[in-house]
Amino acid sequence: MEDSRDRNDAEPLLDEQMREEIRAYFSRYPNRQAVVLPALHIVQDRLKCVPDSAVVEIAEMLELAPAEVHDALSFYGFFRSSENPLGELRCWVCRSVSCAFRGGEEILEYLCKTLDVKPGQTSADGRVTVEFAECLGGCDLAPCLLVDGQLHEDLSVEKIDQLVETWGADRA
Amino acid sequence: MPDFEPVLLKNVPVPGVEQIDIYRGQGGYQATERALKELSPDDVIGIVRDAGLRGRGGAGFPCGVKWGFLPKDRTTTYMCVNADESEPGTFNNRILMERDPHQLLEGAIIASYATQASVAYIYIRYEFVQAYHILQQAIDEAYEAGYLGQDILGTGFGLDVYLHRGAAAYICGEETGLIESLEGKRAWPRIKPPFPAVEGVFRQPTVVNNVETLCCVTHILDRGADWFKSIGVPADPDNPRDIGSYGPKLYCLSGHVNRPGCYELPLGVTCRELIEEQGGGVWKGRSPKAAIPGGISMGLLREEELDTRLDFSELQKVGCLGLGTAAVVVFDDQTSMVDVLYNSCRFFAHESCGQCTPCREGTGWMLRIVERIRDGQGRREDLDILVGVAESMGIMPGTTICGLADGAAWPVKNALGKFREEFEEAISGGDEESAQG
Repeated sequence: MEDSRDRNDAEPLLDEQMREEIRAYFSRYPNRQAVVLPALHIVQDRLKCVPDSAVVEIAEMLELAPAEVHDALSFYGFFRSSENPLGELRCWVCRSVSCAFRGGEEILEYLCKTLDVKPGQTSADGRVTVEFAECLGGCDLAPCLLVDGQLHEDLSVEKIDQLVETWGADRA
Repeated sequence: MPDFEPVLLKNVPVPGVEQIDIYRGQGGYQATERALKELSPDDVIGIVRDAGLRGRGGAGFPCGVKWGFLPKDRTTTYMCVNADESEPGTFNNRILMERDPHQLLEGAIIASYATQASVAYIYIRYEFVQAYHILQQAIDEAYEAGYLGQDILGTGFGLDVYLHRGAAAYICGEETGLIESLEGKRAWPRIKPPFPAVEGVFRQPTVVNNVETLCCVTHILDRGADWFKSIGVPADPDNPRDIGSYGPKLYCLSGHVNRPGCYELPLGVTCRELIEEQGGGVWKGRSPKAAIPGGISMGLLREEELDTRLDFSELQKVGCLGLGTAAVVVFDDQTSMVDVLYNSCRFFAHESCGQCTPCREGTGWMLRIVERIRDGQGRREDLDILVGVAESMGIMPGTTICGLADGAAWPVKNALGKFREEFEEAISGGDEESAQG
């Protein structure tokens, strides 16, 4: 568990590569606050969460108060705390109207049962986090899910079994 | 329906068209060359205004008029491309960006030239991962080919285009929510006025345009305002407030149809034509019971209303909010409208940004009430409470800052106005159960 209070003398959490990636955004905007979302993405992509100390370090880089970074972060349900990091893969199952009425809810339920998780939780092996999504914009492919940047379409129980196999995740 | 030759989707079947050389081989970037070399910015605004192009993102505001709101004495202008497509049922921006990214870039370059924007941010929803990578590749190619950067095509006009990724929040599709999010803040929509044209991102004059709108701009410059106006539904001469529904439109068809997909047709096709001729009819040999006409926030059509034209003026006449994104979601005759409304209410309760009390609380109340009706625990007074809540939230009653609340309320109003007996049945069934229990 990360806690900024314990890290005063510790190595910074953001390594030079992450800092370099964040700095590369500075020239795109007339102020640094606009780099908050890109910075949060860079950190979460790497660490699978945004620890409190990372918020402080991002704030320092962007010349903001940590509260300003946290204010933005906490608005988006997208970012994870260090108590609740993402698994190696993030799997979003769409539950909005076009998917739900072609079996999307049942797909989400089946996937959760297969991995013994509730929506939002990560499989015990840390391999995959299952979340519900509001409309993924794949309504022509319904029911669909998004994992590792790929939309998977026209899902069925068999297709979910295959995906879980591909992921190498432990079945419940 | 006569055959209509697609324009916005014409490159989709062309292999490799996301690469700039192949795109140029299809006539790509000629509109940009013509606009930047032969026309003044005001000429471009005039052509787009003459074409009668109305925004494709949901509101249908005339694009050329929007550009004309920029102050004449401005020194800095920003362009924001709204690629946060999140309206349930809608996916045409995804297809446009994944399959023909340079068409969008051309529209963004031409629109930036017209408005004299020096930076364009494409705010793209995080979930469009493929589109993000494809667009970034296209942007890199456009820089290399001299369509972006300093002194484009030797005209002295310069433009930088940057992708900016969202973080899975529907409200960022509202243009001032988008602006706040882009600035690194929580995406709370702003009170208007000032409108973005006067004070937008970074407190500077800003134009926010939808992806499909900008793709239309490319073709308007390529083929002319008259060509655009020859497609669609002309303004009703008896209604001075009707400014017409011109041009091609990407209709997103999904739900209980045999062939879901994105279909390009002239504005004004009827919902039934779309379902029958494009979608191959309702699945499993069933009949349609209802449809969402333009994304879930536009409300619901009954079966007997499916002959309504999907354009900017007709849907209001059958009690829907409007054309929205022209995303049609079809429900077959086995569908429970209580389930449909539950799904809608759950979406909006999840996506309300929480800034305005009537929306934050109202969406939650509506969800809890519809949930208990669905679960057989409904009470007689629930239907009136639902309507009361729905009628009290939104821009139209004047209780919220943005239109999310109107969109949350509309399916409730339509469901109870058009399918009330189903809700009454669900409640009376619940009464019997509780009486027996």
